[in-house]
Amino acid sequence: MNMASASASTATHWLFRKSSLQSMGVLLFVIIGSLWALSVDTRFVYMLVYVWFGLAYGLLLQYGRFCMASAVRDLFAVKVPRMAVGMMIAVALYAVVAAIVTLSGFSTFHPNAMGWHIVIGGAIFGFGIVFTGGCASGSLYKAGEGNMNSMLVILAISFSQAIVVTATGWWDSLVPQSWLDSAAAKAADMPEELTITKGWFDIFTAGYIWDLKGHTTAEIFGMAETATGIVVLNTFLTAILPVGLILIALYAFYYRKGHLRRAGLTAPSLSDELAGMWAMCTSSKNTALAGIGLGILAGLHMYVTGVLRDHYGIFNFGELLVAMGYNNGLSIQETVFDPGYWYITTQEAQWGGWVMQQVGIENMDSIFFGLDNGLPNPLLNAPGFMSIGIILGAAVMALARREFKWKLPSWETAFFAIVGGTLMGIGARIGMGCNIGAFFATVTNGDPSGWVFLVGMVIGAWIGVKAFTWWMEWSASRNSSECGL
Amino acid sequence: MAMSFNKIADCEWKLDVCGYTCPHPQMYTKKALQKLESGDVLTLVFDNPSSGESILAMCDAEGNDLIERTENGGSFIWKIRKA
Repeated sequence: MNMASASASTATHWLFRKSSLQSMGVLLFVIIGSLWALSVDTRFVYMLVYVWFGLAYGLLLQYGRFCMASAVRDLFAVKVPRMAVGMMIAVALYAVVAAIVTLSGFSTFHPNAMGWHIVIGGAIFGFGIVFTGGCASGSLYKAGEGNMNSMLVILAISFSQAIVVTATGWWDSLVPQSWLDSAAAKAADMPEELTITKGWFDIFTAGYIWDLKGHTTAEIFGMAETATGIVVLNTFLTAILPVGLILIALYAFYYRKGHLRRAGLTAPSLSDELAGMWAMCTSSKNTALAGIGLGILAGLHMYVTGVLRDHYGIFNFGELLVAMGYNNGLSIQETVFDPGYWYITTQEAQWGGWVMQQVGIENMDSIFFGLDNGLPNPLLNAPGFMSIGIILGAAVMALARREFKWKLPSWETAFFAIVGGTLMGIGARIGMGCNIGAFFATVTNGDPSGWVFLVGMVIGAWIGVKAFTWWMEWSASRNSSECGL
Repeated sequence: MAMSFNKIADCEWKLDVCGYTCPHPQMYTKKALQKLESGDVLTLVFDNPSSGESILAMCDAEGNDLIERTENGGSFIWKIRKA
């Protein structure tokens, strides 16, 4: 490919450019904020770990244009496997580091309950991401690039989740009687204020999810405590092998034909095919490097949080908050949402839920907030700071690369952001997470439910691309451009 | 802000998708390139950085040449010659 690159830059040294100084300013803001938090109480280091890893995720996500929405969407929309390849590289690396962390005894991972809800939630989520232009973490990093559309997506994800998990009234008629019966049978053992037979999501959780089991592959075979189970069953069988098969399929269906044409090969040998696979994996170096970095960091994140929990003798950040004298917003169990690894959607649900709570809408009578995750002040929401860290990290990188630009939404893109973001929020709650929490963090830790979520996400994205293409054709036919598309 | 696609000279076209996030820019680019004849040049203006990666991969797969790229203040102006 012939390529001439020109830049509209001035001769100013990059270090003294306005955008570079702004980039360093954002970094300085994080450093000063961290030092201030530590000066208040050194135990805030537990929360700051989320901030710092979030910052690093944001740097890498922006550097690699690493958005898992495009992993499935661009395959169908423009037949580009770049991001799907990057995602698989990240899964493989995260799985290897996760195995080491699990073997060292510091894993913070818990498998998701396996059931139909995962594929349905994944499909709704996958449909939504086609319209928002980014997955949950993709929207965060694009917000850091100045994209206000992505900020709208984050708002829609936050409030749609908070509304979905606390909605009652006609919503309750959506769930089958058998779930209500099952929830009612457990009501006597639950705190009365939770009213687990009221609110469709409470009935879904107590009457359906609690009856399901979640297992890693090693647990299924009774080998969770053995190195063989962790390495062979969780890491190789559940993560590395499927990654290898998916990479082969991506090469065969989306890359091989072009590669053979460019290389002038008509009868390729096995080594030619392997060279083609390698070329596919390295065709976008930024994406591949980001995949490697994110995979390793995601594993390390789990390790560092595990070590800190061990150090403070806690299982959950809520215990540390109580010890530091912060008692508001904790769940009945005195816990808060604290996964200990990369996760996006639940903390955003807490933001929406907390705002609703402040304006007088009671949300703590739900299982999601009242029993499981709490509704802490956003200033004490540890995973929430990871999401903010991603935005800031992406801003640092985008400013340093002079790619930061405030982008206002149009009516069309704002509509897509709100509707798509709402669907993402609904899908994430039904599927028990997003492409990070329900897929990336699960398959890499030996939980096969993540692949089920991916299947749902692929189905949803395929339908979404069909719907989006129809919309594009329709709107292009009405466009006043000199030449129609 | 709206997408615009215009012929600016013989064998030269311009597609402006500024303000659009994924997947608009790459999908409009794909459609625009389908409209062009072999040898025609498309000037593409966009401001969503991640779309650039997908458009690069599309050009690579189709054999289209990216003959010029200019970047300024978060906006990208690329010239693509259709194979």
